[in-house]
Amino acid sequence: MPGHDTARDVYRQALPVILVSLVAGLFSGTILGSETMRAGISEVPGLLLLLPAFLATRGGVYGSLGARLSTGLHQGLIEPRFRLDRRLTNAILASFINGMTVSVFIAVITFLWLRLFGNEGNLFELVGIMVVAGFLSAVLMISVLIAVIFVGYRRGLDPDNVIGPVVTTLGDVFGIFFLLVGIYVVGAVL
Amino acid sequence: MSSNGSGGEHGGNRDGEYVDEWSIRRIVRTMIPLLAALSVLQLVSGSVLETYEETLVANPALLVLVPVQIGTAGNLASITCSRLTTQLYLGTYELDPSNPDLRANVGAVFALAGTVFGAVGVAAWGIGVALGGSLGLGRVLLVSLVSGMLLAVLVVVASVAAVEVSYRVGLNPDDTTIPVVTNLCDVAGVLILFAVVSVVV
Repeated sequence: MPGHDTARDVYRQALPVILVSLVAGLFSGTILGSETMRAGISEVPGLLLLLPAFLATRGGVYGSLGARLSTGLHQGLIEPRFRLDRRLTNAILASFINGMTVSVFIAVITFLWLRLFGNEGNLFELVGIMVVAGFLSAVLMISVLIAVIFVGYRRGLDPDNVIGPVVTTLGDVFGIFFLLVGIYVVGAVL
Repeated sequence: MSSNGSGGEHGGNRDGEYVDEWSIRRIVRTMIPLLAALSVLQLVSGSVLETYEETLVANPALLVLVPVQIGTAGNLASITCSRLTTQLYLGTYELDPSNPDLRANVGAVFALAGTVFGAVGVAAWGIGVALGGSLGLGRVLLVSLVSGMLLAVLVVVASVAAVEVSYRVGLNPDDTTIPVVTNLCDVAGVLILFAVVSVVV
């Protein structure tokens, strides 16, 4: 009966999900611990400062896009295929705007925080890295979410059960990877 | 609801009553303040990371632990919160150490934390060595297990407190507890990790 599981039942049901997110976490941790990334951390002031905010907002922006699309599907407001539907394009555009705005906002508050505590910081460098990383995450997360939700829904999978793990797993792994790409691109330009 | 519903020409009223909920302006306006507040909160854990920059760059095993700790804390918190909320609605929840459902939740969280943070310690040590680190297995395992178990205590306390508070205040715990507790545990995950690091390493 639901709500009456023993500790052992809960453990057995939750372990697989936790282990999947653990593997993803180790994977993003490995990118974070790589020599290139460590060099980036040492060279760009503020990178570690913005990291948790950057990762957390991936979940906020694309988790809510996923939840919205899934509710829309259940209500019959959107159809499980990609066409130029007004609601679908609105939801996608809005999450893109949210993702980019918040990325720039994070770069700015990180810069202000650095300045406030008397550290060095380069606003253009931070904004540049966040714009590149934010843009790449937006493109990847939006395409994967739409694919997973629509294909899953057509195959009888409840998107509500899939979005959470997909967003956290991909968000962290690719978030850190795109951060690395951002450092590289901005380093090449500036 | 109706206060700014008719104002947006660009929101598009032309295909029906639900479109307003799906207007770009509306989604952006609701989300941005929330996301901005969230990022400011996360700067707290960022500033802790920044403080330990040298230790982290010198010991990749600890850098590997960062996303894992944040992620697992959030996962354990969201499982605990949604279970407690369901039990609240089913009428089986009671803030009493002898309540069987509460004991099952707490037992499961500690068992999961022990399993996961043990595995994480070994994995982070291995990856750290592969990435050129020199921190020993014992230390990485100690950091991971001690901070993980402290985190499990926090997850349990915070989830129970959040469910109790939102129930008493009259808010639906399904809407309030998960975002509050997962974000709190994200930040606390980093704080606890580095409190332990500063003692052990």
